[in-house]
Amino acid sequence: MTLFSRALLLALLAAPSVTLAASQVTAGVPAKSQSVAIKMFAFTPQVITVAPGTTVTWTNADEDPHTVTANDKSFHSAALDEGEKFSFTFTRPGEYAYFCSLHPHMTGKVIVKG
Amino acid sequence: MDDHDILNPRLDRRGMLRRCAGWAGTAALYTVSGGIVSSMGLDAALAARPRTGGPRPFTFLQISDTHIGFDKAANPDARGTAIRAVERIRALPVKPDLILHTGDITHLSKDEQFDDAKQILSDLGAPIVFVPGEHDFLDEGQGKAYLAHHGQGTLGSGWQSFDHDGVHFVGLNNVAALKPGGMAHLGDDQLAWLAKDLAPLSASTPIVVFGHIPLWTVYEAWGWGTDDSAQALALLARFGSVTVLNGHIHQIISKVEGNVTFHSARSTAYPQPAPGAAPSPGPLKVPAEQLPSMLGIRTARFVRGTAPIALIEQTLA
Repeated sequence: MTLFSRALLLALLAAPSVTLAASQVTAGVPAKSQSVAIKMFAFTPQVITVAPGTTVTWTNADEDPHTVTANDKSFHSAALDEGEKFSFTFTRPGEYAYFCSLHPHMTGKVIVKG
Repeated sequence: MDDHDILNPRLDRRGMLRRCAGWAGTAALYTVSGGIVSSMGLDAALAARPRTGGPRPFTFLQISDTHIGFDKAANPDARGTAIRAVERIRALPVKPDLILHTGDITHLSKDEQFDDAKQILSDLGAPIVFVPGEHDFLDEGQGKAYLAHHGQGTLGSGWQSFDHDGVHFVGLNNVAALKPGGMAHLGDDQLAWLAKDLAPLSASTPIVVFGHIPLWTVYEAWGWGTDDSAQALALLARFGSVTVLNGHIHQIISKVEGNVTFHSARSTAYPQPAPGAAPSPGPLKVPAEQLPSMLGIRTARFVRGTAPIALIEQTLA
């Protein structure tokens, strides 16, 4: 089914990104990190601007699960239960709009600027 | 309290919510016909005799938002309250012909949660039919687990229809492939199927549509609505009696629009705030002694030859 093949593709796309985040840290690149809270059905801050190479970590503080899903599907988390985290390292400049695929009215954006 | 205007479409939202809130903790039956509502107590409703001169009336039951696996502050024992709801179903004096589960069977789409739910929702004395909620579609396969457990006999991402004693039931999935910034979504494939499914039916066929997220916009800021529901409702407009049942918002809210009546149901797991009554949706923690009165199940009674489907709301109190 299309739905499943798309999901599989997303899983394959997302997995190497997480690995990349880990390898960058070990390569000695100055660690840059930024946090986004998922709280009361909102991403806070909703828009963040970061330098290339920054690892952004989302933490879900709600009792309801949420996801972090790029609008263009270039990255996505699993469903995050209360207290669970998802990290992604943004290497290329650009604007990355994302949303919660369970509650799509929840939207956010990461702006990566050199 | 005057219940006659509870479904009056001219009521403003705040007025309707106040009235609905006034019902919390009670068991009441309400009958809707052309926007006119009457109600009676649960005992009177159950004692009401079937009308003579036609095929027998029948009842069906709606259970929703069992969230098996939820164990947080708003209800540390959602499994226990689901079991209590099942006990209520088994004790019904009039056995339902069938049971509709309007989604969020599980909290996190885990196989063990689907298995546990299946076990809890067994031996109900009637077949149970499911549609998924977004909590049943959050596995990595985005619905693969749900379809493995409940997809048999369904189409696409889990939609289906069937007839029972002259009533056409349509189960929709509006939680798959949701779009950024939007609300729930049916999608073109499901809408095309719905058009074909309804096409051969005469306009006098009573229709019951059931899905998870409301098919009318209850509160857009919280995503409590369905982006493309207008297309579905246009396909339903020619029918004389359409009843739309949903879950998701964990509270009873109703609305009449032409020949279509919409009813959202209570959860068996935890309440949620009234639309706009809190900074966000989500599990609402209430004092433990209040919780059972905010959870519940619903019986619907269909009498052939009359437009209304009467709903009997039962709390777990």
